[in-house]
Amino acid sequence: MAARGTAMNGFEFFVDPSRCIGCRACMAACAECDTHRGVSMIHVDYIDRPNSIATTPMVCMHCVEPTCALVCPADAIKQGEDGIVRSALKPRCIACSNCVLACPFGIPTVHIGPELMMKCDMCYDRTSAGLRPMCATVCPSQALTFGPPEVIARQRLAVATNEFRFGREHVKTKVFMMAPASEPVIAVNVEDYMERGDDGPEGWIVDETRLG
Amino acid sequence: MDPKDGSSTKPAWAEEFSVYAAEDAYVQRRQFTKFLVMTSAAMVAGNAWIWLKAVTAEERTEWPEAVVARASEIAPGTVRFFSYPGPHDPCILVRRTNGEFTAFSQKCTHLSCAVYYAAARDRLECPCHEGYFSAANGRVLQGPPPRPLPQIRMEQRGDDLVAVGLVHGEGE
Repeated sequence: MAARGTAMNGFEFFVDPSRCIGCRACMAACAECDTHRGVSMIHVDYIDRPNSIATTPMVCMHCVEPTCALVCPADAIKQGEDGIVRSALKPRCIACSNCVLACPFGIPTVHIGPELMMKCDMCYDRTSAGLRPMCATVCPSQALTFGPPEVIARQRLAVATNEFRFGREHVKTKVFMMAPASEPVIAVNVEDYMERGDDGPEGWIVDETRLG
Repeated sequence: MDPKDGSSTKPAWAEEFSVYAAEDAYVQRRQFTKFLVMTSAAMVAGNAWIWLKAVTAEERTEWPEAVVARASEIAPGTVRFFSYPGPHDPCILVRRTNGEFTAFSQKCTHLSCAVYYAAARDRLECPCHEGYFSAANGRVLQGPPPRPLPQIRMEQRGDDLVAVGLVHGEGE
């Protein structure tokens, strides 16, 4: 499928957590969109709340093999030919939260009122028409950037990467994360956030006190 | 992942309900042909079943008798309604303007609207789609009905009008 991931004039989306100033302009801009007015489909996370004011904007990373869609029992989540993983289809979504639990980045949210999972769809209505996503147009520090990769490579010290490891799970995404040049693959050791239970290697349990 | 690649190891359901929109919408020529053949076969089988039922159907010969009205109580140009042969088979008994009694199923053979007797024109008329039937024998005079109205055979015994059978008209 050659078309997948090559749309949008070669522009790509870049997230740079080190540039985020926590202003939440991206969330406000997202919530202004007519298709989901009043609801922001992205959020700003505190990375280590007790010790730092550092924040990072969390947009959907648009996995090449989207885990959320793979676990959907209602066949409600689709990846378009542009590589963008769409919000759940309203007639199909049963608000079961499987995608919420499965997403390694914590992106999808289930809205109880309309019984619908809604998540960042990279404003494909805008990007397909040559516009930038809402959040990238308003971000004052360009922690969220939509542009040509070669320009980003020239302007930034950090290196764009789109490969992540969560324990044994290897995830490749459409959206790029700016990371130190020393780490071409961002590895999150899931076990750092867990403690071993009594019943051997299968007995990992989440240590919620360490999740922050 | 390439839908045109026949060597895919994914189970059939995963291809049918694919995560990828393009793959989801993609229909193989073989799938389409299979669909055509299967639906055609189903239609042939259905028609064969209907044809078999029609061929093997037996003409009903036993009919109940039912007194439906008294002849002296019906003025020429008026009607009586009754049910025959069952309680849910509405019928209309007509005393035509010339004094003759005839009776028909009241359900239009087009879409089962209730027909009424138009005394001025001496015919049965269906108001839904302007289907007209002869009041003499139920034959279609105009409109969309494909068959004549089923006629109720009547006998007059003294003053009693007795329904003794039902005759299905043949198609035009």
